Amino acid sequence: MDTFSQLMQGFAIALTPINLLWCLVGVAVGTAIGVLPGLGPALTIALLLPITTKVDPTAAFILFAGIYYGAMYGGSTTSILLNTPGESANIVTSLEGNKMARKGRAGAALATAAIGSFVAGTIGTIGITFMAEPVVKLALKFGPAEYFSLMMLCFITVAAVLGNSAIRGLTALFVGMFLGMIGVDNQSGQLRFTFGVTELYDGINVIVVAVGLFAIGETLWLATRPKEQQEEVLEVKDSIMMNREDWRRSWKPWLRGSLIGFPIGAMPAGGAEIPTFLSYSLEKKLSEKPEEFGHGAIEGVAGPEAANNASAAGVLVPMLALGLPTSATAAVMLSAFQSYGINPGPQLLSTNGALVWGLIASLYIGNAMLLVLNLPLVGLWVKMLKIPAPHLYGGILIFATIGTYGISRSVVDLMLLYAVGVMGFFMRRFDFPTAPVIIGMILGPLAEMNFRQAMTISQGDPMIFIQKPLSLFLLVLAALALLGPALWGLTKRWRGVTGEA
Amino acid sequence: MRFRPAFPETMLGVFMIGFAVVVAYATAAIPQSTYAKIGPAVVPWAITAGLFVLGILLTLEGLRGGWWHDEATQLDWRGILWLGAGLLSNLVLIDGVEFGGKQLVPAFGFILSSTLLFACTARAFGSPNFLRDGAIGFTLALVAYVGFDRVLGYQIGSGLVERFI
Repeated sequence: MDTFSQLMQGFAIALTPINLLWCLVGVAVGTAIGVLPGLGPALTIALLLPITTKVDPTAAFILFAGIYYGAMYGGSTTSILLNTPGESANIVTSLEGNKMARKGRAGAALATAAIGSFVAGTIGTIGITFMAEPVVKLALKFGPAEYFSLMMLCFITVAAVLGNSAIRGLTALFVGMFLGMIGVDNQSGQLRFTFGVTELYDGINVIVVAVGLFAIGETLWLATRPKEQQEEVLEVKDSIMMNREDWRRSWKPWLRGSLIGFPIGAMPAGGAEIPTFLSYSLEKKLSEKPEEFGHGAIEGVAGPEAANNASAAGVLVPMLALGLPTSATAAVMLSAFQSYGINPGPQLLSTNGALVWGLIASLYIGNAMLLVLNLPLVGLWVKMLKIPAPHLYGGILIFATIGTYGISRSVVDLMLLYAVGVMGFFMRRFDFPTAPVIIGMILGPLAEMNFRQAMTISQGDPMIFIQKPLSLFLLVLAALALLGPALWGLTKRWRGVTGEA
Repeated sequence: MRFRPAFPETMLGVFMIGFAVVVAYATAAIPQSTYAKIGPAVVPWAITAGLFVLGILLTLEGLRGGWWHDEATQLDWRGILWLGAGLLSNLVLIDGVEFGGKQLVPAFGFILSSTLLFACTARAFGSPNFLRDGAIGFTLALVAYVGFDRVLGYQIGSGLVERFI
């Protein structure tokens, strides 16, 4: 009942005209950038971070959360009609969705994606509503040692487990942590890694790194490739509706996808790709017509699309309850909290309850708005897909300039932006993941802070991290996640050798 | 195990080792402080060590034949040059260049330098009509300037066009 009454208070905040407007702007911008290939929610929220100095925190977070949810809806439109997924979480959707569109069933694919996203988004938001307080209660028992160990687990899973290569993921993470250390150390007041450049004394702005990696790096990478003819946008020939058969085949995948996506998103590992792949293979197994998979099976759109949205909602649980970002977007949102001087973490719910509940309520509202924006109005977004690439990337670079030079008026920031962009280009070319850079940059200093506090409490004895049972448990999990795959490979090889003998 | 080094990956690994050495120098330069139990250099040393080990692992992986990555059959050098020119002109024009007390390049401001950046980027992506792209870029930069500078309160600064708005 308590949760319910607080949620009602949240609705009272979110339903004020001004906050409704922020929510509408957020979901509309989110859908637009989700549709446009090359733009993502992390980049967009980073570009809009400077408004945190202008509007109150509730409005800013309603806007950011709207962008975050909207991008998930928009991404599916692109992967169905263009077959070039804007985000990795939409890869699976394009497998079946694009085939459906080629068969003239684009409308049904878009409908099951949008309604599935709504179902999953709502289930996910209900999950946030009821999980936030229990997680906070658990987290209040955490001391600095437990927090540090939890962050280690998060680092390992985000960098080493989720990508293609643990070595490359960890390299990205460490580069991010290096970037996060630049500037004045809060505790000792000493300068670190500034190389004598005065502009670096305040540290590197996360906007510069996010925009450099995602906008400049991506543009550089695409510009160096031979230009192919722009892929044709498939026409939506049928009406945006599902027939009785489509509904019958969609509703179970929606629910199953939501139930797979939300818990995985809420784990300290996060990541939206794994649940979509899991949902896809599950639906393929359970389908009455598995032979349709690969040729446009509607279950293959409904399930993964729901999983994708539910996991996006799940990511907000550790972000709001623990202050633990597990995706690049969540990390950028965390830095927005920091720029308001708000400490995200278990205290957030008690100190800024109105903000959190208003935000959660706005997620319900935003989801309903998104259903309208993406079903009857989908034609509007399809038009955006026809923007030619030269103008799209030219525009992206203009906005990148605004996001960096436009807040500091410093050409040094512009140079840093391009330098990070060149790094992003090489990372893209050599298959390094970029999200760990942002997460390392934001979470690295927080992990250091907890490390120092824990060591101060223990009077310099590092055993504190293994004497506390919960901390030990988290560290063991992290070690298993890091070394498990390698050990498993070794035992397999060893068995192979003895088997031959 | 076949010894067939992949040159780019090996270079990348060596570069990371070099980067770790630079970070080590910078870490050594952090003054120790007596205030806290854990000084400001402790975590930077851990990062240095991590970068160093990862650099070695990347180099080894490179020497063993590297890993799958995007290998565009041929680089589009024309595209790279146009984009590079656009970015460089943006750096030089947006705030001008001052050297030794002399204004070598006047501050053109955000709108004009963005116009050129947009046109160069569009050219890098294969758009044929430079002047038309310039016009589109100018319009977009103007709208973005008014929206962000005047409405949202960003401070994009002044320039040759901005002062008339």
